[in-house]
Amino acid sequence: MSLPIAPKPALRRFHQARWDEPVIFELSTPGERGVLVTAVEPALREAVGDVVAALPEGLARREAPALPEMGQMRVLKHYLRLSQENLGADLNVDIGQGTCTMKYAPKVNERIISTPKLAAMHPLQDPADAQGALEIIWRTERMLAEVSGMDEVSLHTQGGSAAIWANIAMIRAYHEANGEGEQRREVITTIFSHPSNAAAAKAAGYDVITLHPDADGYPDLEALKRALSPRTAAIMVTNPEDTGIYNPAIREWVDAAHAVGALASYDQANANGILGITRARDAGFDVCHFNVHKTFGTPHGSGGPGTGANGVSAALAPFLPGPRVVREGDRYEVREAGQQSIGAIGPFHGVVPNIVRAYAWIMALGAEGLRAVAETAVLNNNYLMKRILDIPGASAPYATGRRRIEQVRYSWQELFEETGISSEEIGIRASDFGMHYWTSHHPYVVPQPFTLEPTESYSKAELDEYADVLAEVAREARETPEVVRTAPHHQTVHHTHHDDLDDPERWAITWRAYRRKYPDAVGA
Amino acid sequence: MTEPFVHPYIPNTAPDVRAEMLAAVGAASVEEFYADVPEDLRLGRPLDLPEPLVAEADLERHVSGLLAKNVPTTERLSFLGQGTYAHHVPAVVDEVIGRSEFLTAYAGEPYEDHGRFQALFQYQSLMGELLSMDVVNVPTYDGFQATATALSMAGRMTGRRRVLVASDVLPAKLSKVRDYVRVHLELEFVAPVDGTAEVAAVADRLDADVAAVWVETPSRTGALEHRLQELADAAHSVGAILVVGTDPVGYGVLTPPAEQGADIVCGDIQSLGLHQWYGGAHAGFIAVHDDPKFVMEMPSRLFGLEATDVPGEVGFGDVAYDRTSFAHREEGKEWVGTAAALWGIAAGVHLALMGPQGMRELGEVLLARTAYAQRALGAIPGIRLTDGAAHMREFAVDVSDAGLTAADVVRALRAEGIEPGVPAGEHELVVCVTELTTQRDIDRLATAVTGLVAASAAESAATLDTVATPEEHRA
Repeated sequence: MSLPIAPKPALRRFHQARWDEPVIFELSTPGERGVLVTAVEPALREAVGDVVAALPEGLARREAPALPEMGQMRVLKHYLRLSQENLGADLNVDIGQGTCTMKYAPKVNERIISTPKLAAMHPLQDPADAQGALEIIWRTERMLAEVSGMDEVSLHTQGGSAAIWANIAMIRAYHEANGEGEQRREVITTIFSHPSNAAAAKAAGYDVITLHPDADGYPDLEALKRALSPRTAAIMVTNPEDTGIYNPAIREWVDAAHAVGALASYDQANANGILGITRARDAGFDVCHFNVHKTFGTPHGSGGPGTGANGVSAALAPFLPGPRVVREGDRYEVREAGQQSIGAIGPFHGVVPNIVRAYAWIMALGAEGLRAVAETAVLNNNYLMKRILDIPGASAPYATGRRRIEQVRYSWQELFEETGISSEEIGIRASDFGMHYWTSHHPYVVPQPFTLEPTESYSKAELDEYADVLAEVAREARETPEVVRTAPHHQTVHHTHHDDLDDPERWAITWRAYRRKYPDAVGA
Repeated sequence: MTEPFVHPYIPNTAPDVRAEMLAAVGAASVEEFYADVPEDLRLGRPLDLPEPLVAEADLERHVSGLLAKNVPTTERLSFLGQGTYAHHVPAVVDEVIGRSEFLTAYAGEPYEDHGRFQALFQYQSLMGELLSMDVVNVPTYDGFQATATALSMAGRMTGRRRVLVASDVLPAKLSKVRDYVRVHLELEFVAPVDGTAEVAAVADRLDADVAAVWVETPSRTGALEHRLQELADAAHSVGAILVVGTDPVGYGVLTPPAEQGADIVCGDIQSLGLHQWYGGAHAGFIAVHDDPKFVMEMPSRLFGLEATDVPGEVGFGDVAYDRTSFAHREEGKEWVGTAAALWGIAAGVHLALMGPQGMRELGEVLLARTAYAQRALGAIPGIRLTDGAAHMREFAVDVSDAGLTAADVVRALRAEGIEPGVPAGEHELVVCVTELTTQRDIDRLATAVTGLVAASAAESAATLDTVATPEEHRA
């Protein structure tokens, strides 16, 4: 072969790194060291003597923990190889994880936070020494208050579900403060709202009522009215729902809840398409939350830490978690939670590095930029929907002929009926092309579901590439189904067997449990 | 600002592409996509936000300028702890969790995100060795949540409501736990004696309606509980569960609670390779024995080992997924969601680097520095150690005999660039040392406190003189 180089094929010839790296315990070599600990000064040692021998009886560990012994570079290499066997948003067209808003987390924000001026700050330092951190927390709260229209915002929670918990904890405290804690025992949510709304409400002691949509996929106002009663503590709903359908009667939902004395809690996990378009407060909500790691561009960290932003009306403000950052003149101070506060929802002020990242993200965009984020996310979604619906066997149940906001829950039901290939199998095969793909939360109300959310971060060419991959996998499902069934073929590992995960006799949740249960295993 | 608005984070703001995409979907404008959003809910004006800094250099200058107002612990002498600790973070830890592949991943499947599954399975396993327990969760938010969930698990398993709290607990942690469990559980406090649990008093309160005995070791003031086995035996004798909240940093040298009867061990992993981040880097662990009664009550994800089609290949998956709210909404155990996975990966790298010898040496250094600091401060007239228990990393001093309040000490020493500790009551100050606190640092603190005590004594003597013998003074 010689120049010129032939054109690229239509689809990327991807293969993910496959290092076949052992579990780290198998890399141990007795006596190797990964990092050394600063030693105590001889004079100090002499002054205190043998501190381990001086421990009360039984307190000194008899057998050293069986941690691996490894040189530093081998530890590094092991984990870098594992990192290559992981597909972050920086590497793939990460639009297959609908509801999760896998947008670009700007690199400049990583550089900004990588300073001892943030990393080496202790949360109980003199506030005079923490003016920068406090000012950023305060300013971020105020900006999110404007974006949501709410009066006060707290950034204490570490993820969306933690923020949902904070919502219901504040609602519970509010009703108790009004003497209605005993009376209001029910929370109403919808099946296309995030499952944590139902689960957190249950954990807070409530009975949960889950409403299904009307025949066209829209939240059912009449069903809500039938479910509401003086027993209702709150409605807890996502809007747009995970179908990407915006509830046009959201104001009526909130009004109906208020009419029976219930509060309205807005899960804004899916807010990316409505930034600067419409706000929680304008629909009358009492509390809401954003998933800051989704909508406001902080990295998802392989599953956290995230950040939740809880917004509340003035009536709910006394119940916010503490401590609060307050501005006094041009200084920032820390104020302990008040009498009615739900207290410390977590340590200190929340995931501060994420708060700084979110602050920088909003400051990079401004009002016009946030609106461009929303409009582009929605344009991308409707463009992608067109591309997906052009694939034979794919459909978008509900709201037929209508536009969607920022994501769509699609279905491969037709393809499944034709080929027997499931949505899960399609997802595994899509990974052979370097793509993430996710089905849906459970239960699968939409049959053979998949949920795509393109956000604003990906170019048209990337959206086309993703759609081309799904079209190719759908073609394979018809023409060469074994290729799909036996996938993955270009991945870190081959088809994995799930048989051992649900049997307490056989599951292995740590290496030590594995060695105990399978003493004859090679390498164990 | 570019005109038309094109932003580096939003490729499809490029005008031609945008027009092409609109044409492809047959829309005249993006407005058509919002047909379901009623007019009266529209904001109808631009958001009132600060003028943006769209150029990267401007943004960096602005935010870094704000952060420059901070004076971090590296520029002060800090003895602050109470939940967040200044330990050394190995460079390799930061390198690994800074990788795009881990940093920007989320929830991929065990194939394309094999690395995440393996790194977190290894975290679980490394923690398991440190704690001598067979099951550890993918991290939850923080130690507060881990403890709240551990107690909730005990409540569900026993069907009982009472929890005996046998140790001093951080107030913020108690605040979280109390609000989290209060529908299901009642907390009863059994006051510690001389820093640690009063076993006889706990035993007296135990009955067949107690769900759990909750012990914290180190306690709020760093005291190490040395009668865990007796507490475990007492709890177990009435069918109650022993929940031990702890910091794993000491278990290279300390006996793990599981070897002294603990049923659930929980806490925070910030000490294992995470910077302080102004208190913004916490993650919670919950560890249990490999008993399905316990495992099936855990809300978090648990990654387990699996075989693949290829002999010798290591695969991973979710163990007992049906426990979770992902599988069954409100029928799952509490809930699961985005929590603190990256910090778990960091803690795993940290433990792999430290190895058994490193964790042992770290534990010894912490004990030695703590003991030295206790002696140095306890030797100052008017400064008294509040208890005789063994301590790791933190201890409390009572400054009342010096005529001072804890706030006085903080205020005075801050003026010298020293954060001497955290007040815990009017006269008690909780002082924290780590392996990074040198002998010279401790001596400097002791000198500063000695000076303050002397000044206070001189002042009160002067006051006494003034009151007692005004005539003499005039003369």
